[in-house]
Amino acid sequence: MQASIAVDLQPIVQYLLRIGDTCLIHAQRISEWSGHAPILEEDIAMSNMALDLIGQSRAVLTLAGQLEGRGHDEDQLAFLRQEKDYRNLTMVELPRGDFAFTVVRNAMMATLMKLLWERLHESSNAELAAIAGKAVKEARYHQQHAADWVVRLGDSTDEARQRIEKALRELWLYVPELFESDAIDEAASAAGIGPRWTDLQAKWLEEMDAILGEATLQRPDDAAFRSTGKRGVHSEHMGYILAEMQYLQRAYPGGVW
Amino acid sequence: MATRSERAWDVLGTVLDPEVPALSVRDLGIVRDVVEHDDRLEVVLTPTYSGCPATEVIEHDVLAAIEKAGLGPAYVTLQRAPAWTTDWISAEGRRKLFEYGIAPPGPAPDGAVPIRIFGRKADTVICPRCGSKNTERLSAFGSTACKSMYRCIACREPFEHFKPI
Repeated sequence: MQASIAVDLQPIVQYLLRIGDTCLIHAQRISEWSGHAPILEEDIAMSNMALDLIGQSRAVLTLAGQLEGRGHDEDQLAFLRQEKDYRNLTMVELPRGDFAFTVVRNAMMATLMKLLWERLHESSNAELAAIAGKAVKEARYHQQHAADWVVRLGDSTDEARQRIEKALRELWLYVPELFESDAIDEAASAAGIGPRWTDLQAKWLEEMDAILGEATLQRPDDAAFRSTGKRGVHSEHMGYILAEMQYLQRAYPGGVW
Repeated sequence: MATRSERAWDVLGTVLDPEVPALSVRDLGIVRDVVEHDDRLEVVLTPTYSGCPATEVIEHDVLAAIEKAGLGPAYVTLQRAPAWTTDWISAEGRRKLFEYGIAPPGPAPDGAVPIRIFGRKADTVICPRCGSKNTERLSAFGSTACKSMYRCIACREPFEHFKPI
């Protein structure tokens, strides 16, 4: 078994890991629909979106490794870290749930990522700005697609509506984490690397409200609960994802396609 | 006598995209520059989609073709900015796509596009089989990241559309 790598978690590296890991774990969950989606078109859509997210994650993790300065590449960062060193949002590690849950989560994440990439396109780091310039186009397409589905299910049959309302209530518990600001965000913002995520909140709520409004759904109330994946403290689901995702590199160290 | 880089451009016009083999990498507009550095040739490529699995194959094919033409040694540099857009597909490339049965992309959306839920008018996509404008989208995503699925109402044939991005 290949040993875990120790990552030098400087603030800027953590800021990038939050982005790269969120894309990576989100892609891992979405790809669970490959071969299982309710209709063929969605099977293809989900696989396509997962592919975009993995591409974005690869680029950001590569950059994180360069800035970290310990010679870690994208594969080592993706597959050889311990759970506590992942910095993804807790929301993306939750089990895939039913199709309604997936659709709501996709809409939330695509909206967040679109707003984030738009800002990162102005990053003081030229490579990050370049990655964002490409990724924002993909995120826009994902958001449009997910939003169409939220409306389709929300303003639909009783069963679809019940499911999407339930998904919305469950996922909303994990929304505050998206916009919690901390020292990592402050450091990245001060260095001109990227925005504080809290600065994306107003626009995110505005766009989510627009989607939910069309779907005749109501935004749930905020709860007191705070998830902490961004700080490396994950839900019980994370270990299972890593076990599956890391298996190959752990069992066959250095294995390549 | 053509220079080494001019000959390389000609060679690149014969390297096909592995996922859309109707187009050369040059038609696709991903070859941004060919630069001669003393004995080595630098080919600057811009990837299409972040997760496009063809990127690595294309790099390999480009180098193999240049070596084979006796223009090596060469190496590839990936340039992300400015981001690739379907507007870079050449007129020749668009014609080839259409003949191959893939509807070419219209102009790429300029900057931020507000999300539209209702009243969204689909782009007019012309059926590459019968030329009708009476077509509808079946699926936002297709067999590769760069395409979506359409159907022609007039001739009833399904076809692919290269998404403008």
